[in-house]
Order: sequence, then structure tokens, then C-alpha cells
Amino acid sequence: MNVSAAGLLLAVLLLAGGCDDMTQQKKENPYASSETAPATVPDSVVEFQDSDHPPPALTLTLLQRGQSEFHAFCSPCHAETGNGHGMVVQRGFPAPEPLTDPDLMTASPRHLYDVLTDGKGIMYGFAQRISPEDRWAIVAYMRALQLSQHATLASLTPEQQAMP
Amino acid sequence: MAAVFSPRANVIATVCMIGVAGFIAGGCIWWFAWPRSDYVRRVGWTIQQPVPFSHQHHVSGLGIDCRFCHSSVEHSAQASLPPTFTCMTCHSQIWTNADMLSAVRNSLTSNTPLVWARVTDVPDYVYFNHSIHVAKGVGCESCHGNVAAMPLTYKAKTLTMRFCLDCHRDPGLQLRPVASIYDTDWHRNRTTPSAAELMRQYHVGARNLTECSICHR
Ligand code: HEC
Ligand code: HEC
Ligand code: HEC
Ligand code: HEC
Ligand code: HEC
Ligand code: HEC
Repeated sequence: MNVSAAGLLLAVLLLAGGCDDMTQQKKENPYASSETAPATVPDSVVEFQDSDHPPPALTLTLLQRGQSEFHAFCSPCHAETGNGHGMVVQRGFPAPEPLTDPDLMTASPRHLYDVLTDGKGIMYGFAQRISPEDRWAIVAYMRALQLSQHATLASLTPEQQAMP
Repeated sequence: MAAVFSPRANVIATVCMIGVAGFIAGGCIWWFAWPRSDYVRRVGWTIQQPVPFSHQHHVSGLGIDCRFCHSSVEHSAQASLPPTFTCMTCHSQIWTNADMLSAVRNSLTSNTPLVWARVTDVPDYVYFNHSIHVAKGVGCESCHGNVAAMPLTYKAKTLTMRFCLDCHRDPGLQLRPVASIYDTDWHRNRTTPSAAELMRQYHVGARNLTECSICHR
């Protein structure tokens, strides 16, 4: 008698254990509800990406990464060629100067890096959206873009000159 | 002695048996199929958002890449939803008087974040990660449908366990070249590398992706 009552109690308890709703859990999901939506970072907080990052070595993968990131983040305004007439500019955004502007051709890579990190004038910075490594990749790609539009026959290797 | 069962008993027994069978079948549908149906999961329904944001306008119309707004999709589990700052990158200068965007401007002036209502959601007991899928050549479209053609965002697919497993059993045919991951209207064509070739390129296939602990950890 007592044994079967205990057995029944155990069975009920075990069944009740399944009543926990695991679809809602206290786990980190910043986009799950309004309480957890990320707020803007308070002043004077230093974020990881704000710390100084030295430029990485120049490689082909870095340039390809730069091209893909430039396409995603910069081409809406600066256009794929950097001439400053991207789609958003065509819809009324004030046009930036072309990236082949003499001042920008001679600007240091650090200057370009700082502009895209912190923004300049009406251009917002991309510190939150692009990681430091990718920012350097974009700088490298911008340089390649500038050089490609000022390439002269003399700057090519003999093999390249021989190509049609 | 009179008969135990009257002639009507045959009819009553049949009706009861059909009733019980119907009850069991109905119960199964109600318990197993109904909660996973497209209707209950709100597939194809648009949701009230603070701003009537249009992917069609911004992605197909202006050619903005997904990463401009969902910038962490390559690096983290969450794709992230754009903060006010991201919208203001452009809307600080254009459409500055539009009523439609007043919520965005208020959010900036009052320094309170915009809260987007969620469209896609899996239960919290499921572990999901965006970055691995992007890195291994799964396009956004495979799970979210043709977002670029949506004037208002809606859920295009029911993300049931079966849906995930259908691909995890054999991802080959659903993988795509790196350049097409963000293209939501992509189709295999003659120049696309074969499924086996893509599996090799992305180093997929060495592990058993149907292991429970992959998604329930
Ligand atoms: C929303 C449009 C927009 C986007 C997106 C944008 N820019 Fe700009 N950019 C501008 C405008 C406008 C200017 C001119 C700013 C001024 O002088 O007020 C500018 C200026 C610049 C300059 C010149 C700064 C100088 O010293 O004169 C550089 C370099 C630059 N942008 C790089 C980038 C890079 C790299 C990206 C992508 C990460 C990017 N921009 C994305 C609009 C944009
Ligand atoms: C890269 C630039 C850019 C960004 C970032 C951007 N927009 Fe826009 N948006 C535009 C342009 C350009 C138009 C006008 C399109 C036209 O004239 O056809 C526009 C139009 C709109 C409109 C009105 C037109 C319509 O029917 O869609 C709304 C609403 C809007 N944007 C909301 C947003 C929200 C919300 C965000 C932030 C998540 C955002 N935009 C981010 C460039 C941008
Ligand atoms: C201009 C900014 C912008 C761009 C570009 C953009 N999105 Fe979005 N996306 C948003 C905003 C804002 C929301 C939240 C409002 C909504 O659901 O419509 C959102 C919501 C979503 C959602 C639903 C998220 C959820 O579960 O609540 C998906 C899926 C999505 N975007 C996919 C994409 C894909 C795929 C692309 C590229 C083809 C893309 N987005 C490009 C701004 C953008
Ligand atoms: C393998 C399926 C799959 C792929 C591929 C995928 N997503 Fe998602 N996405 C999901 C799931 C599942 C969720 C819901 C996550 C949750 O509830 O925590 C989600 C949520 C989102 C959200 C809402 C915010 C968040 O981070 O939870 C956005 C935005 C989004 N995805 C955009 C994208 C973009 C852009 C791509 C392409 C680069 C993409 N997704 C590719 C399955 C996928
Ligand atoms: C279109 C195909 C596809 C769909 C749909 C899909 N996945 Fe994946 N998933 C993959 C591929 C490919 C990998 C990478 C496997 C590898 O690295 O070997 C992966 C990897 C993962 C991983 C990481 C495994 C690890 O340990 O690194 C998780 C977690 C995951 N998927 C969860 C999900 C969930 C949850 C869903 C359903 C919402 C889903 N996936 C839907 C193709 C898919
Ligand atoms: C590829 C990812 C993936 C793998 C692998 C996976 N699951 Fe799931 N599982 C899911 C998703 C997504 C859901 C949520 C389905 C839903 O929302 O209906 C789920 C839901 C469940 C549920 C709850 C069912 C319900 O509807 O209440 C159980 C139980 C479960 N899984 C067991 C397992 C077991 C056992 C295994 C191993 C054999 C496993 N899962 C492997 C993705 C996965």
C-alpha cells in the first residue's frame, strides 16, 4: 500500500519535471526582447575595437577581403570605383570627393583608417560595424583602387606590358 | 433469457470505435502537426515594426549588402539587427522629414534604442550560429527566403528540426560559391561547381551533422 503510494508520488514528480518550458531560457540572446536589446555604449567606455591595432602585412587575401568589405560598406556612397557617385548619392546624399582626389592619394594609410573608424564631417564612423583587421583590409583596397586609376604603362612589369 | 445486446448495439459499437479512432487521430494532429504548421508558426505574415522598413527598397532598389545592417553575421552567432546609428548613416541626410522615419529620429534624440519585433525565432533550447553557416557557403536565402523581394519582412520558412536536418544530412546541393551567399535570388546554373566540389572546397562532410549535441547543447 505504502509502496504503491510512494511509487505514484515518484511518477507524478517525474512527470512534473517535464513542465519546465525550455523554449524560454535565461541565456544570452541580445535580440530576444526589449529588455535585452543592446543600448548605446555609455561615454568613456573603451570598446575592444577602439584599442590600437597595427596594420597587418599586405597580402592578396587581405586585398580580396578589402574588396568585399568595400563593396558592402562603402560602395553605396563612394561607388565601386570610388568616384563618389554611389546609389545613395544618386538618391540625394551629398557626394563625397572621389577617392582619387590628390589630397587622398597622398594621405597616409593611418589617415584613411582614422576616417573610416571615426567618420568625417557628415560621414559616420564604422567602428562598431567593421573589425580593425577588416578596416585595414579596406584601407589596402582603397590604395589599390587609387593606384589602379593612375596606372601608367611604365609602372607595369615587362610581362604585364606584353599582355594585350 | 433476453439477448444481452439489442440489435442497435452493432451501430453503437461502430460509432464508438470510429469516435475513438477519430479522437486519437485528431489528438495526434493537434499535438504533433498543428504546432508545427505554417499557420501557427506565422509563416508569410508581416509583423508590426516601429518603422515600416523595406528590404525590397534598400536591398534590391539601392543594392545595399546585408552586412551593412546585419554587420556581425560573419563573425558571431547573432546576425544582429541594426541600431539607430546604422539607419542614421544615411537618414541623417536623406528623407530627413519623412513621417515614416520619425521613430528613428526620436530614438536618436532621446537616446533610447529602437526595438525591432522578431520575425524568425527558434526555441531557446536550440543552439544556432550564423557565422559557421556563412563561412561554409550556406546562403541567407536557404533559411530566410528571398528577403530582398520583401516590402515588409516576413518569415518565409518554418524552421522545424526537420528543416535543419534535411540540410544537415546532405548539405552539398544547398551550398553556394562565396560570391553568392548574400544573393537571395540565386539558382544553380551550369557554371556552378558540383555539390561534391563545393563540399570539398568548404571542408564539409567530415563530421556527422545530425548528432543531437550539434544543436542541443
Ligand atoms: C552614407 C554615405 C557614405 C558611406 C557609406 C561611406 N562614406 Fe566615406 N564619405 C562620405 C562623405 C559624404 C564624405 C565627405 C565627408 C566630408 O568631408 O564632410 C566621405 C569622405 C570619405 C573619405 C575622405 C576623407 C578626407 O580626408 O577627406 C574617405 C577616405 C572615406 N570617406 C572612406 C570611406 C570608407 C572606407 C567607407 C566604407 C567603410 C566609407 N567612406 C563609407 C560618405 C560616405
Ligand atoms: C545606405 C544608406 C541607407 C541606410 C543605411 C538606410 N537607408 Fe532607408 N533609405 C535610403 C534611401 C536612399 C532611401 C530613399 C529611396 C528612394 O528614394 O527610392 C531610403 C528610404 C527609406 C524609407 C522610406 C521609403 C520606403 O518606402 O522604404 C524608410 C521607411 C527607410 N528608408 C527606413 C530605414 C531604416 C529603418 C533604416 C535602418 C535600419 C534605414 N532606412 C537605413 C538609404 C538608406
Ligand atoms: C538598410 C539596412 C538593412 C539591410 C541592407 C538588410 N537588412 Fe535585414 N533587417 C533590417 C531591419 C531594420 C530589420 C528589422 C525589421 C524587419 O524585420 O523588417 C531586418 C530584419 C531582417 C530579418 C528578420 C530578423 C528577425 O528574425 O526578426 C532577416 C531574416 C533579414 N533582415 C535578412 C536580411 C538579408 C538576407 C539581407 C541582405 C539580402 C538584409 N537583411 C539586408 C535592416 C536591413
Ligand atoms: C541555416 C539557417 C540560417 C541561415 C543560412 C541564415 N540564418 Fe539568419 N537566422 C536563422 C535562425 C534560426 C534565426 C533565429 C535565431 C534565434 O532565434 O536566436 C535567425 C535570425 C536572424 C536575424 C535576427 C537577428 C538575430 O541575430 O537573431 C537576422 C537579422 C538574420 N538571421 C539575418 C541573416 C542573414 C543576413 C543571413 C545571411 C548572411 C542569414 N541570416 C543566414 C537561420 C539562418
Ligand atoms: C542549407 C543547409 C543548412 C541548413 C538549412 C542548416 N544548416 Fe546548420 N550547418 C550547415 C553546414 C554546411 C554546417 C557546417 C558543417 C561543418 O562545419 O562541417 C552547419 C553547421 C551548423 C552548426 C555548427 C556545428 C559546429 O559544431 O560547428 C550548428 C550549431 C548548426 N549548423 C545548426 C543549425 C540549425 C539549428 C539549423 C536550423 C535552424 C541549421 N543548422 C540549418 C548547413 C545547414
Ligand atoms: C540541425 C540541428 C538539430 C539537430 C542535429 C537536432 N535537433 Fe532537435 N531540434 C532542432 C530544432 C531547430 C528544434 C525546434 C523545432 C521547433 O521549433 O519545432 C528541435 C527540437 C527538438 C525537440 C523538441 C521537439 C518539440 O517539438 O517539442 C526534441 C525533443 C529534440 N529536438 C530532440 C533531438 C534529438 C534527440 C536529436 C538527436 C537525434 C536532435 N534533436 C538533433 C534542431 C536540431
